[in-house]
Order: sequence, then structure tokens, then C-alpha cells
Amino acid sequence: MGPQAAEMRQAVAAFLALLSQRLPDDVEARLREMAAQETDPLTRTIYESMFRNQDLARTLGRPSCQDTGILQFWVKCGTRFPLMEDVEEILRQASAQASADIPLRPNCVETFDEINTGTNIGTGVPTLWWEPVPRWDGCEIYVYMAGGGCALPAYATALMPGEGYGGIADFVLRRMTDFGVNACPPLLVGVGVAATAETAAVLSKKALMRPIGSHSETPRAAEMERLLEDSINAIGFGPQGLGGKRSVMGVHVEHSARHPAALGAAVSVGCWSHRRGHLRFQRDLSCEILSHKGVALL
Amino acid sequence: MITRRDGKTILTTPVSREDLEGLHVGDQFYLTGSLTAGRDMVHYRVTEEGRPLPVEIRNCALLHAGPIARLRPDGTYEIVAMGPTTSMRMERFEYEFVKRTGVRVIVGKGAMGPHTERACREFGAIQCVFPAGSALVAATAVEKVIRAEWLDLGMPEAVWQCGVREYGPLIVAIDVRGRNWLREKKEDYLRRRDEQIPLLRKALDFMG
Repeated sequence: MGPQAAEMRQAVAAFLALLSQRLPDDVEARLREMAAQETDPLTRTIYESMFRNQDLARTLGRPSCQDTGILQFWVKCGTRFPLMEDVEEILRQASAQASADIPLRPNCVETFDEINTGTNIGTGVPTLWWEPVPRWDGCEIYVYMAGGGCALPAYATALMPGEGYGGIADFVLRRMTDFGVNACPPLLVGVGVAATAETAAVLSKKALMRPIGSHSETPRAAEMERLLEDSINAIGFGPQGLGGKRSVMGVHVEHSARHPAALGAAVSVGCWSHRRGHLRFQRDLSCEILSHKGVALL
Repeated sequence: MITRRDGKTILTTPVSREDLEGLHVGDQFYLTGSLTAGRDMVHYRVTEEGRPLPVEIRNCALLHAGPIARLRPDGTYEIVAMGPTTSMRMERFEYEFVKRTGVRVIVGKGAMGPHTERACREFGAIQCVFPAGSALVAATAVEKVIRAEWLDLGMPEAVWQCGVREYGPLIVAIDVRGRNWLREKKEDYLRRRDEQIPLLRKALDFMG
């Protein structure tokens, strides 16, 4: 690995440390706004412990949650980014380095062998999604620490079109009561509507990368976001599933076109400790943190 | 032993059935004493393989958690972060686990079911929840790791016996009478969900 690649690896590893300790600005702001609306003493106690925990993470310089997840990277890489060929190896090495240094909990279990690799590196882990950006020389990276608890509500399928968008809402609400309650709410909910189960699944995850408070540009998708958010809040499971006025930080819908005979649909969920970061590298490797304002990488 | 100080209810191990009788679902308290982390594989070994738990937890507390621990140069461990994990995964083992170990306070995340209710009723135990995701509020209440066992299972699945001081807040979910608060809440959530679904189906009629 050349000096430039090592520099980028160092920046990503430092960012992983930051992300394990600090929620992105939009998540922090939404949680504070939600906490202010709750009046029940138990609900308030829960929010207080959450904020105290995040303060401790900063003061102690430790991961805020013991489940530092499977590391996932959404890479929008310019086709003229000088390190494009090395990005995958850089992200793997940065993950291993951060796992040892911070430390992160070793969460990578090889399937079938059923052995924890101990390094957070394994077959296909960390996860990389590639989105090449033609004729650009920079590289944008979304980093996500995908915890285990909030992976469980996820669901992907292809519905018969006659089931319609109501059919999607139906299973999304069922997943919330069956699994979402235990997935560390208040949740961020991503819904994908697409051609097939797996295209919808990827979009539902991509929806979790969007900033909280953003809305789909498609009017009916935005309406679906609002309706689902109101309905999940109306179920009333609140923070920790112990009850509360609001249960979700938001609902994001991402969509593509579909086949006439199939309506691909999926849901993915993020917990309240939604450790999603956003970085942008220029060709000279200068790096801007878009998800956390006013912080510098060590 | 149960005490009250500065408006806090503090439960100190060892705990008896009588200590727990005054606690009801929804009550908040803090724990001082012996708290042992053990989750899926620990339950599997004890109940399915019949292996004795390598630490004594009778009349003490069990935590469903897989911590991040750090080995210090002197050979002792430090708990870096230790929030609870989803307790429902342990539900199928819990009656047998409580019966065999004599554990008195079960701590975790979210609801448990009829096996745990029965264990609480028959053996005088309670199940509680700790605010999940608050792993440092938890870790900073750990004074020391007394013993780390079954490390062959990997860090998250091993047995971590900790000495804790005012670990909490803990919220009682199943009391010694076997009343299951989170199950009652779940019934409310399901009822409200079933009211919402037809409304959503109507509002989302985009196919026409």
C-alpha cells in the first residue's frame, strides 16, 4: 500500500473511531427534539440515560454502544479518483485497524464455519456497495455501523401488484410490532420499492443513509413516508418499547421502476444509536466530514 | 437486600425472594453486587449440554449482553462497553437456566415470554430491562471484572462476572408473581397496529 493509500486508510480509521463515539448531527438533533415532547417520567428517564451515555462516550473516548456492528460502506467513487483501484483494500484495512485500536467489538462470524474471525474482516465483510460517478475525481463514503438488534426487523419480498402500496405498509407495520419494539427504538425506518426483492432491499438500506428530516422528491413516496411515520408513532411503542408519543426518528422511502407483474418491497431499520457517517475525499485526499460539523480527524 | 437512598431503590446481591416481593412491574431500581453477563451460547451450554456454569450466580444477577472488554497489562479485564442484547433470544432456555443456576435477577433488552414468567413465579426471580444502547452508562457502573470464563466462545458470548455499583436504571418487566408488563404492552401495540393497517391501505391506494 502506497503512502497515499495509507493516508486515506488512516483517515477512515480515525473516522470510524469518531463515529463509534458520536452520533451524526441530524440524529442527535432529532432525538433531542423527540425527548422534549415526552412527559411520562419513565420515557424521560430513558432519554436521559441515552444522552448521558453519549456524553460519556465523548468524555471517555469509547464506543457509545457495545455493538459496533458489521461495518458497511456505501462508496460513491469518481471514476477519476486516483485511488479507485485501492479503495476496497483501504476500507478493509481501515476496518481492521479501527477494530484493534478503538477497540470495536469483533462481530464478524464466518457462516458455516461459525467462527468469529476476531478482526471484523471476513468473507464479504466489511460490506461495500459501489456507485461509480463518471468523470469525477473525488470519492464520497457513507459509513454505517450495522448493529445486530436493528438488523432483525428487516424484510424483503416481491408482492403481487394487486397487494399495492397498502400491502407494503401492512408488512412494514407488522415488522415494527414483531421486531422493531426490541430493535432499540426510536427507529429510523427505510423502505425500498422496486422491481425485485433484492433491489428493494438495497434501496431500503440506502434510505437509511439519507439525512433525517429529508423527504422523497416523489410526491406519493413522500406521502407514504408521512403516513407510515404517523401510523408507527400511533402504535405507541416509544423509546425502548416501553411506550411514548413518538417511536420513529423518520421513515425514508427510496424507489425504482418495477416489472408489471411484481412489486418488490423491503424494509430496513436503524436503531436510535444510528451511527451513520458521511465523508468526502477530494483527489488530493483532503477530507470533509459532512455528517458531523465542527470535528476534525486525529 | 433492598434499600432506598437519595430517592433511588437499590437492590444489593445476594437477593432473596422476599427482597423482590415489593417490586412491581414498571418500578425502577439500581443494582449493586454481582452481575454476570452471559447470552446465547452460555444458555445453550448450561441448558442443552448440561454443563455447569463456571461461576456461582445463585441469588445474584444475570445480564443478557456481549460486552467489549479490554485485557489490561496486569492480566485483568476492563469492561469498555456493555449494553443489553435482545432477551427474547434466551427465552426458550430461561426456565431451565434459572432452575439450574438459581439466578434471581435477569437483566436484558425487551420482552421475554411464558418460560421466563414461569421461572420468575416458581423460583422467585424477576426480569428487568436496562435502557439499551446506553453501554457506557452500564460499563461505568462496573467496578471490576471478577471472572471471565468460556472465552473460547469469543468475546461477546463468553461469561463475564462483574462487580457493579448502582447499575441502572433497571425497569421491572416480569415480577415475582409472573406478571409480564411488556407482554401486556405488546397487546396494546398489536391492537393499535391493527387499527392503523386498514387506514393505511385506504390512504395508499396508488394503483388505480
